[in-house]
Amino acid sequence: MVSITKELSVDMYPLGENAIMVEFGKCIHPDINRKVMAFVEYLEQHPFEGMLEYISAYKNVTIFYDPLLVNALPIEVEAGEMPLSYRKMVQFIEEVLKTIDMNKTGQASIVELPVCYGGEFGPDLAFVAKHNQLSTQEVIDIHSSGEYLVYMIGFAPGFPFLGGMSEKIATPRRSSPRLAIPVGSVGIAGSQTGAYPIETPGGWQLIGRTPVELFCPQNNPPTLLHAGNIVKFKPITLKEYKAIRGANK
Amino acid sequence: MSIKVISPGLLTTIQDYGRTGYQKHGIIASGVMDRYSFRIANILVDNDENEGVMEITFMGPMLSFQADTLITITGGDLSPNINGEAVPMWRPVLVKKDSVLSFGMMKAGARAYLAVAGGFDIPVVMGSKSTYIRAGLGGFKGRALAKEDLLSTLQTKSHLDKFKTELSKQSEQGSFVTTPWFFAPTHIPATSENIAVRVTRGNQINHFTEESIQKFFRKPYTITPESDRMGYRLAGEVVKLKAPLEMISEAVSFGTIQAPPDGNPIILLADRQTAGGYPKFAQVAVVDLAVIAQICPGNTIAFVEVSLKEAEALYLQREGDVKEVKQAIKFHLKA
Repeated sequence: MVSITKELSVDMYPLGENAIMVEFGKCIHPDINRKVMAFVEYLEQHPFEGMLEYISAYKNVTIFYDPLLVNALPIEVEAGEMPLSYRKMVQFIEEVLKTIDMNKTGQASIVELPVCYGGEFGPDLAFVAKHNQLSTQEVIDIHSSGEYLVYMIGFAPGFPFLGGMSEKIATPRRSSPRLAIPVGSVGIAGSQTGAYPIETPGGWQLIGRTPVELFCPQNNPPTLLHAGNIVKFKPITLKEYKAIRGANK
Repeated sequence: MSIKVISPGLLTTIQDYGRTGYQKHGIIASGVMDRYSFRIANILVDNDENEGVMEITFMGPMLSFQADTLITITGGDLSPNINGEAVPMWRPVLVKKDSVLSFGMMKAGARAYLAVAGGFDIPVVMGSKSTYIRAGLGGFKGRALAKEDLLSTLQTKSHLDKFKTELSKQSEQGSFVTTPWFFAPTHIPATSENIAVRVTRGNQINHFTEESIQKFFRKPYTITPESDRMGYRLAGEVVKLKAPLEMISEAVSFGTIQAPPDGNPIILLADRQTAGGYPKFAQVAVVDLAVIAQICPGNTIAFVEVSLKEAEALYLQREGDVKEVKQAIKFHLKA
């Protein structure tokens, strides 16, 4: 851990000779993720020569770079065991972090996702209810009353890793995964919840489906949700589901 | 100007460098497996280095050229021939109208790259022409090429004119003409056993037993049939953690060697997920990703440890080499 300021310590690691991981903590916590988001916001606004792209996750940001271009940056570094481009990146990031307000609490965007719970869209709703000794309506009420932080996007295009689900409806994954989970499916895996942007195999317990498109390659950005968003689920009827689906087509 | 697919081969897709800048949205990068052969292919026909090409896997397609077309074939040697006559690789080739390009035995390597001057007329999706089949994204209709597909090229007369003098130095007989000059590749493996692949240590390697680490660098690993563009699953000595390790999902990259709980390492490749939660054991040096791409299931790899400094030096040397090739070809075309 390197102390950047009195309040901020970070770890940095290489990911091969062309990427660096900048880590703001060791666990899944909104305060750590907020620092991740603050750093990401800086990178979005100040892309630098040599940076190819970044991937943000729960507790760290990985920056991919071209060592040839980074070596050409006018950054003074001391000799060391690590490659020149890595040492320059470390130096650069340490300087950048001093200028970022990590405690800035920006206004998180709230995204409301309509969900038609149960029925053919939520074949595992009854199982989730039984597992937690609740009625299916109670599962719906608990799931749709929460506010969920999007910690990161990954696994599949636009797939959100959401935090903040009530332990009252936590349910283990299915013992054997389904070969194809339909687009828009909303599911539970352990104490996580999420929604599937594309059809893919998966072992999550499916409790409903959203008619909203989470991944649209023609749009820029191509995904509805972004790290740092707050997601709320709103129960809708099958009729409302069909109306929204129809309007999107 | 178009190319008709008579038969598609095993897996032929349009790929370029990949979708840079979209992994933060969870978009799989895709792109070619062997970036070195890909770049050289585009350079040989004077394209932008990142232009889309055909990536041809193990068994090649049969393609009919409906106009005189300037192409090059690089990468693995899948015995390309035009109207039955062997066609040399790693150099510009003018294919005459109505000729048929086909492929035969896999002699060396695994993946060939076919570039056409001007590139293929393929819509750019999220900054790239690359095909990601699992999501039906990009490339030619989001899928591998199929029988009867018609691929338009962006070749213009000026593309052909640029090469006119060079091509006229060779005899005009037969169904194709090549230049007297060519690029000599060094990265295509000549054997199928103990192919050396240089790696650096992964961030979690010290969580594995010392015995596992030693064996990893001493015993060969076989690429299993459950290997594809997403990743190669390896069979060999299992790598064991000293104690269970609970990881929080984070970025992975092209060439990350991760170890799931069963201890059989997986090398993540072009169609990898953006993030993962398995411990990172090692990382393939960027220059040797081009070697990995040319290794087939059933072949064996011998991992060689290098420092990050050595990996960076190899990277910079490769960039220097590519620059020289570019200059040499510009020189030929102007002379």
